[in-house]
Amino acid sequence: MNRLQWIKLSVITLCALSSIIFYQSVKAQEPVQLPTHAPVSSDGKNMVVQLCDGETNMEVKGVKPGERLSPDQAQIVSNQLMAQWLAKQPKEVTEAWMKENLIVKNDQKANAQTTSSNEQSAQDQPIDFTGRDYQMWKKELEQEVSYGDQIFHSDSLLGSTNGVACAMCHPHAANTHPETYPKFQIQLRRVALLRDMINWCIENPSRGAKLHPDDPKMRALEAYIMAQRKGTVMEPGKH
Amino acid sequence: MIPLKWEKRLQEYLQNRELWIKELYKAGSFWEGRRKFLKMAAMAAGVAATNSLLPHSFQLVDIVNAAPQGQQPFTFAYISDSHLYEKTLNERFVRQLERAVADINALDPQPDFVLYGGDLAQLAQPGELKLGAQILKQVRAPIRMMVGEHDWFLDLGDLWKELFGKPYYSFDHKGVHFITLMSVNEKDFWTAKNLSPMQRMQIVSGLDDGRQSSFEVGEEEREWLARDLANVSKTTPIVVFSHSPLYKLYKPWNFWTDDAEQVQALLKPFQTVTVIHGHTHQVLSNRIDNIHFHGMLSTAWPWPYAPQGLPKLTMQMNRPDPFNQTEGLGDGIIDVLGNGRVNKRYDLWNRNPLFVSAQYLDSNGASDNPSKTALPSY
Ligand SMILES: [Fe+2]
Ligand SMILES: [Fe+2]
Repeated sequence: MNRLQWIKLSVITLCALSSIIFYQSVKAQEPVQLPTHAPVSSDGKNMVVQLCDGETNMEVKGVKPGERLSPDQAQIVSNQLMAQWLAKQPKEVTEAWMKENLIVKNDQKANAQTTSSNEQSAQDQPIDFTGRDYQMWKKELEQEVSYGDQIFHSDSLLGSTNGVACAMCHPHAANTHPETYPKFQIQLRRVALLRDMINWCIENPSRGAKLHPDDPKMRALEAYIMAQRKGTVMEPGKH
Repeated sequence: MIPLKWEKRLQEYLQNRELWIKELYKAGSFWEGRRKFLKMAAMAAGVAATNSLLPHSFQLVDIVNAAPQGQQPFTFAYISDSHLYEKTLNERFVRQLERAVADINALDPQPDFVLYGGDLAQLAQPGELKLGAQILKQVRAPIRMMVGEHDWFLDLGDLWKELFGKPYYSFDHKGVHFITLMSVNEKDFWTAKNLSPMQRMQIVSGLDDGRQSSFEVGEEEREWLARDLANVSKTTPIVVFSHSPLYKLYKPWNFWTDDAEQVQALLKPFQTVTVIHGHTHQVLSNRIDNIHFHGMLSTAWPWPYAPQGLPKLTMQMNRPDPFNQTEGLGDGIIDVLGNGRVNKRYDLWNRNPLFVSAQYLDSNGASDNPSKTALPSY
C-alpha cells in the first residue's frame, strides 16, 4: 500500500473507533430522567388543574375542560393548590417556603415603591432582578459547589481505587489553577481543558475511571475548583 | 497508528526539558564538592592549602566559621511523610518509602542516624503503621522516630507508642542536644460531637478540614521541655525535631503550632538552635532570631505553598510536574557543622538536590543563596 492508502485506512479506522467510543460513552451516560406528570382522570365535566409536583390536583367546579380561567379564578386555584401541597410537607419545607414567600412579598413592595417614586426610569428600564432571583442563584450554585467540595475531599465519591483524593495534593483546590486553561499539554497531545486535567488526576494518582464531561460529578468538581479561584485573572495558555 | 509522530515529539520534548533543567541547576552542583570538602576540612588542619579547589572564595570563610567550638561535624539523614495505606490499596506510596530507604542505605559514608519525620501512616490503621515499621527496619543506620497527626488520631497514639516508643524525648549526640517533640496534639473537638475514632482520624487527615483544632505542643510537654533544657548549657547546640513547623505559617492548613511562641521562648536563651520539621511536604526555610527552621520533603505527595505567610527566606521549590508522580518528593541529609549549625540538603527525586546552608540563614539571605526556581510555584 502507498502512503495515501495508509492515510485513508487510518482515517476510516479512526472514524469507526471513535464512533464506537462515542456510542459507548453515550450509552454509559444516559440523560437524567426528568419527572413526568401522568394525566389526571376526571369525569370530563369540570376542569382539573395539576400542580407542578405532578401529584397535587383539584377540580374547578363550573369551568369546563378547555375553557379559560379568569385571572382571579386562576389565582384562587393556584392558592388552593399551594395550600394543599404545603399541608403535605414536613415542617422545615413549610417554613422555608414561607420565608421565601415573605422575601418575594417584600421585593414586590419595594418594587412598587420604586415605581411610584421614580416612575420615569421604571418605565424605561426592564424590571430588575429581585432578591428572590439572587437567593435562588446563590443557593443553586452553593449546592453545586458543595457537592464538588464533597467529591474533591472523598476518595470514594471520586471513584479512587487507591485512597487518593483530590484534596490530598490540593487543599482548598490550591495549585489547580483553573484560570490557566485551555492550554496545550503535550502529554495529553491536545489543548487541555480543566476537565481533561481532572480526568488525568482521576485516572493516574487516584487510579479511578475517568468521568464523562457531562457527568454530574465532573460538573460539580469544576464548580468547586473555579469557586475557589474567584477573582483570579484569567490566563489561558499559562504554564 | 497516528501517535508515532507525537511519541517522537514527546520524547524530544522530554529530552530537551531534562537537558534544560540540568542546565538550570548547574549552578547548584558545586555544592556536592563543597560537602565533601567540609568533611575533609574537618579532619585536616591545612584548610588554606585546599582553598584553590573551591570555586567561590567566601567558602573559605564559611569553613573557618564552621568550627569555632571545635565540635566534630557529622551527618544525619531524614525520611518523612510517607502516608502509607495498606499495600493492597496503594502500592505506590509503599514503593516510594522503599525508594527513600534505598536512597539512605546507599549513602556512603552512612549517616550517624536517620530521622523519620512523622505521618508514616495515612489513617493510623494498624496495617499501615505495622507496614511502615517493617519497611523502616531495613534502614541500616539507627532510626529516630517522630509522630505525625496521621499516625495518632485513630487511637491517640496507642499503637504508635507500642511500636516506636515515647512520642517525645531527648538525646545527646557528638556534643549536640537533640529534642524530639510531639507537636501535633489537638484540643478535644470530638467528644462534644460524639465522633468515632475513625471520624476523628478522617477529619484530622484532611489538611483543609476546618472542623479540627490547631496543632500544639501542649502545657504538659512544654513543662517537660523546660525541665529537659534546665540541664543543658546555653552554648550547647540544640536541634529540635517537630512534625509541625514550630512557628505560625498558615492556620487553615495547620502549617502551624498554636503555642509556637511559648516553645520558642524556651529555646531563646540558647545560642544555636535549629528546628527540623515535617508536615509541610516542601522545601521550606525560616529564621526567627536564634532559631533556624528547615522543612522536610515527603515521599508521598508534595503540598502546595501556603497562599499567605510564606517566610521571606524560603526559596521555593519549583512546582511539581503533575505528569510525573514522584515530582517534588524525596528525602535528604543534614550536615551538622562544627559550630552546631546545620546545612540542609533536599534530595529531590528527578531533580538536582537543593541546598539551604547555615550561612544563608545566618546572613539573612545576604549570601550563599539557594538556586531560584525557573517557573512560579503558584
Ligand atoms: Fe504529612
Ligand atoms: Fe502531617
